[in-house]
Amino acid sequence: MIRVVLPAQLRTLADVAGEVQLDVDGPVTQCAVLDALEARYPVLQGTIRDRATQRRRGFVRFFAGEEDVSHDPPDALLPDAVAAGTEPLYIVGAIAGG
Amino acid sequence: MSGVRILVGTRKGAFILTSDGLRSSWDVAGPYFGGWELYHVKGSPADPNRLYASQSTGWFGQLVQRSDDGGQTWEPVGNDFRYDGVPGTHQSYDGTPHPWEFARVWHLEPSLTDPDTVYAGVEDAALFRSADGGATWQELSGLRGHGSGPAWQPGAGGMCLHSILLDPRDADRMYIAISAAGVFRTDDGGTTWRPTNRGLQSEHIPDPDAEVGHCVHHITLHPSRPDVLFMQKHWDVTRSDDGAETWYEVSGDLPTDFGFAIEVHAHEPETIYVVPIKSDSEHYPPDAKLRVFRSRTGGNEWEPLTNGLPQSHCYVNVLRDAMAVDSLDPCGVYFGTTGGQVYASPDAGDHWDPIVRDLPAVLSVEVQTLP
Repeated sequence: MIRVVLPAQLRTLADVAGEVQLDVDGPVTQCAVLDALEARYPVLQGTIRDRATQRRRGFVRFFAGEEDVSHDPPDALLPDAVAAGTEPLYIVGAIAGG
Repeated sequence: MSGVRILVGTRKGAFILTSDGLRSSWDVAGPYFGGWELYHVKGSPADPNRLYASQSTGWFGQLVQRSDDGGQTWEPVGNDFRYDGVPGTHQSYDGTPHPWEFARVWHLEPSLTDPDTVYAGVEDAALFRSADGGATWQELSGLRGHGSGPAWQPGAGGMCLHSILLDPRDADRMYIAISAAGVFRTDDGGTTWRPTNRGLQSEHIPDPDAEVGHCVHHITLHPSRPDVLFMQKHWDVTRSDDGAETWYEVSGDLPTDFGFAIEVHAHEPETIYVVPIKSDSEHYPPDAKLRVFRSRTGGNEWEPLTNGLPQSHCYVNVLRDAMAVDSLDPCGVYFGTTGGQVYASPDAGDHWDPIVRDLPAVLSVEVQTLP
């Protein structure tokens, strides 16, 4: 079970409280987690990554294992702790502009 | 008894203000979508319970929300705005080519007859249409594909398509306005477009009377006389009497002809309202007095309306989509400010009272007159 922490605005949008738990088939990559997240909550399509290009939106960051993995390739494996479900993947709105 | 519903978009959510036909006491509901920018909220003329809202942030992009119960509940619908074909380039602020990139929906214009059909004016400037209640969106790419497209450039707020006027007499005719390209008209339902800016004079562009490049801030018309359009341009208040073929200035005795909002009285097609703003660098009222100016002669001769409005130390702005009228008698006039006030006049502008004083900065105000 993969754990994901969404920023407040997206929690409101998806109508969830607290962490989201997802089943991810195959290697646990950014792309696989986001695919599973968007499949569960279609309203999030386009809010984290561009719908056409699948590129991460500029002010969205991904933190995992106390590292900023935003610039890792989308198909790179996430840290083992995220894959094992002992730590969440944090999806964060960058601190910019208020 | 009839009533009024005001749809207010702000920097941090939407609010709905309701009153009976007396318009003396108001219920305030919201914020809806707190923390998100609501550039525009508008109801369908064909079904007043059908509302559309443009919800966005710089972080998480664009959503469109739809309500079928007058704003009590909302449902996110489609947010896939893809330009048709290879987008090409327009001009950046520095004059270099810049690829067309979708940023947000500035304005939603529901069809006059079909609640499921709605138009969206977006940044970077383009026009989209949905025929399924906002679930899917298709670009009317003949507009952006006009030969002048590569020369369009952004105004200070971005290169936005902010005004969409539907001709109630002719379903194939629409007008749109882009900052900073100007007014375009279609006579075939949006397939082909042509610029209609003859007569405009803009000193801040290399050719002041160019076919395109004018920073039009807002356009409006009265439904009983759709060939007459009124415009608040970056500088100048202008009008056209021939379906935007030609424009002429009617700024007349205004204290300044810079501003954003312009609106027409519901029952008097020659009565128009503007809120003069000091200048393009000083986005606040001249002399720190918040004054709506009314012309009962279609322009040129203006009277200040001040009763109930702050007449000292006022430094708010009134943005382009932040003024609207109801269709009661007497006509109600409403506007919102960047200071978070929404003012109402139930007597065509003679007296004003704030409905609310402390909302987030107001981006848009639309009014529904309910049976």
